[in-house]
Amino acid sequence: MSPAEFFALADALCARLKGNEVLFCGLDGEDSDFVRLNQGRIRQAGAVHSRSLGLTLIDGARQVEGGCDLGGDPGQDLAIVVDLLGRLRERLPQVPEDPYLNYSTEPGTGEHRAASDLPDPAGALTGLIEAAEGLDLVGIWASGDLYSGLASSLGHRYWHQGASFNLDWSCYLSGDKAVKAAYAGTHWDPGALDARLAEVRRSLSVMARPPKVLSPGRYRAYLTPQALKELTDMLSWGGFDLKSHRTHQTPLLRLVRGERTMHPAVSLYEDQARGLNPRFTGEGFLTPDRVDLIAAGAYRDCLVEARSGKEYGVPVNAAGESPESLAMDPGDIPRAEALARLGEGLAIGNLWYCNWSDPNDCRVTGMTRFATFWVEGGEPVAPVAVMRFDDSLYQLLGDRLEGLTQERDLLLSADTYGGRGSDSCLLPGALVDGLTLTL
Amino acid sequence: MQHLADTARRFAALAPAADYWSIRLVAEESEHLEVRQGVAEPCALSLGRGAMVTLMRGGGLGYAATSDLSDAGLAAAARRAAAWAQAQARLGLFSAGLYPRSSAHLEYQSRVAQPWASMTVADKLDLLQGACDALEIDERIVDWSAWLGHWRVDQLLVTSDGGHIAQTWEYTEPGLMAVANAGSQTQRRHGGGADWSQQGGLERIAACGLREDGLRVAEEALALLGAPECPSGDLDLILLPSQMVLQIHESIGHPLELDRILGDERNYAGTSFVTPDMFGNYMYGSGLLDVTFDPSVPGELASGVADDEGTPTERAYLIRQGILERPLGGALSQARAGLPGVANARASAWDRPPIDRMANLNLEPGDETLAGLISRVERGVLMDTNRSWSIDDSRNKFQFGCELGRLIEDGELRGLVRNPNYRGISANFWRSLDGVGDLASREVRGVCNCGKGEPNQAVYVGHAAPPCLFRRVAVFGGEA
Repeated sequence: MSPAEFFALADALCARLKGNEVLFCGLDGEDSDFVRLNQGRIRQAGAVHSRSLGLTLIDGARQVEGGCDLGGDPGQDLAIVVDLLGRLRERLPQVPEDPYLNYSTEPGTGEHRAASDLPDPAGALTGLIEAAEGLDLVGIWASGDLYSGLASSLGHRYWHQGASFNLDWSCYLSGDKAVKAAYAGTHWDPGALDARLAEVRRSLSVMARPPKVLSPGRYRAYLTPQALKELTDMLSWGGFDLKSHRTHQTPLLRLVRGERTMHPAVSLYEDQARGLNPRFTGEGFLTPDRVDLIAAGAYRDCLVEARSGKEYGVPVNAAGESPESLAMDPGDIPRAEALARLGEGLAIGNLWYCNWSDPNDCRVTGMTRFATFWVEGGEPVAPVAVMRFDDSLYQLLGDRLEGLTQERDLLLSADTYGGRGSDSCLLPGALVDGLTLTL
Repeated sequence: MQHLADTARRFAALAPAADYWSIRLVAEESEHLEVRQGVAEPCALSLGRGAMVTLMRGGGLGYAATSDLSDAGLAAAARRAAAWAQAQARLGLFSAGLYPRSSAHLEYQSRVAQPWASMTVADKLDLLQGACDALEIDERIVDWSAWLGHWRVDQLLVTSDGGHIAQTWEYTEPGLMAVANAGSQTQRRHGGGADWSQQGGLERIAACGLREDGLRVAEEALALLGAPECPSGDLDLILLPSQMVLQIHESIGHPLELDRILGDERNYAGTSFVTPDMFGNYMYGSGLLDVTFDPSVPGELASGVADDEGTPTERAYLIRQGILERPLGGALSQARAGLPGVANARASAWDRPPIDRMANLNLEPGDETLAGLISRVERGVLMDTNRSWSIDDSRNKFQFGCELGRLIEDGELRGLVRNPNYRGISANFWRSLDGVGDLASREVRGVCNCGKGEPNQAVYVGHAAPPCLFRRVAVFGGEA
């Protein structure tokens, strides 16, 4: 669907409003190819063509929300959404006035189209399978267009569109011994894929050595940006949203209360200027370039979506209350020296399946996964069998944090629940003087 | 369902030449009403519809999903599926001929005693307002809410072999939550059906006690604030059905999924410690452990008559008297693995292809009452309502946490303990099973956020279980 088609649909709907009704229309769409791979071959291949429309109908202080899938034929789509509008209008008198109704009354326009150069998916897959000859490669190819739009009866007209690919894969030796890799972006470069495959083959050569079996205990560790992401994902789960803070549910409660601290090197911010997500919210607000969440180890600001903003009297600064474009400031350790600084300990490529073991103390449990190596003399010497950790982020990102790398990786989400995601994060690696392994 | 049948007929008329095709049409309607801290949240109504076209041609298999149900949209989907079938024929992991063909004619509809539409939106909000008010019993209750959700799914699977399977699932889901806080200690408690989803209509409101449960939920949240931390040590453990659901799900259900054993999920959800040679001889648990795949339990979340490949469902033992018998694998996975399985190829929605899922996975009841189980514990902990879950990618090393714990000493229940957690290894844990509750103590529950697959899919799966007793489990609490 083009922006002109979407705005025309919105105009047709707005023309059917009655009295003082206000309407916000949000569109999400994707044209995606998804190809699953196993053992270096195609397991399941297909495509998804999807358009969904969300409506918020407002009359005075009352509001109701609705949503529907659209096909693409303008006449049929209009009939579907007019029917939905009618059903929403029937409900409006049945709901009470909403004290937290909050929408932008300042109309604006904007259009963002990211440039891209994507390959033919079947051709790219053919190249990948040939290049990965001899590897037990498993994973997912996802590619195609993503777009979002917002229109309102007040005059808001925003459009955000991009095309991208995301190849998220791992290569297995046997059992659970594997190395994970990813190649995602907007411009396809076969050479970049070859470089990643070469790196995977190098890591697999270490993975083939006899594994080191660790006992539970505390070990020095280097966390790659991908591994650190699993920990910042936990902070993003209720850590930064205003409602969780005002209702004392945030896992950072003790940080906010001054009972715990984080390392001064830890500065986290929502980097909305990155531009991979729309800069408008569903209520028509525009987001700032940056929201500082934790600055030099101290709590700074919350993410505030429209409803919570009204409830607590705070300006809106985000479309939702979890980060979509998180970034952490870099440190001063050259990545090339990270393992030398580690000396002896764990080089953790990925953490996995984290959850709270004691949210009141920001304590997280999870697993090591994929390429995790035992390091001696600054060199990986053996793979490590998967281990469970259980530790407080007040320690891992606090008194046990030795430093962060100078270099950061931009990690594009491969999540596809409810559609291809566009979240991302920009993170350094972290050197930690002690990660507690429990099982 | 009639409009889906009309769309299927239009597709049949324009379908390209193929060895086999299927079209799975889905129409969904969902609604969520919630009152938080006495204020109604915006009520949300969602209408979804779309088609999944699967095409077998030239030795390959491809799919295409579309929300465009016009003739042009369906034809475009068929062309895209055919293109991917061509690629899969050249680069595929297996022959498309293994894909199951269905000619079944079946129908299913959830039992609904009180239709969703029999109450107005205003009446539902009034009910929720009362349920929400009942939670506000103390100033230390810092957040509280009551909600009511509804989800109806009409699905029609039509195939080129004459298959025609129409199924309608309907869910009505009430719930309550109270959050209590004192200083830096926050405790959350759920009830009123929050973790007790089943198929059905508004009768679920009374069945889950939405109107009556608020006081208990709020009082327990407050009591947990002042409770001691759960003790640490190797203790006996009784899990109520509200936690057995998660224990079965993570450490029996996922490891037995045949697509994991075949390696499909290794990049995302993970592999399995279970290998094909274990079926028929591996001692998965103690002799008290009987686990079934059972699509026939009335009201259970994934009850139905066929899976999304068109295979009729039927009850089967996966584990009997502790011995592993068969995996959770649909017809395609069975053909790939050369193993028996069950009809569990399921898709989360119209825009995702079917993969091996749990559907209903139940731990069969034993012959002990809950009181009888408690009476056999000298020192232990009883745990209620899952709060945290984590397990390794082979589904072996797990750690789970619950909202509420209660000490057991000398065969009797004692006081509450907060932040109860336990950890173990699946392969050992089920062998420590030493007591299984009886049919009267069994509860039909499930998990509503089971995620796996690439692209990702989240589905409802059912789990029915009684309370169970496990010996000498590593139990611990939080930071005092």
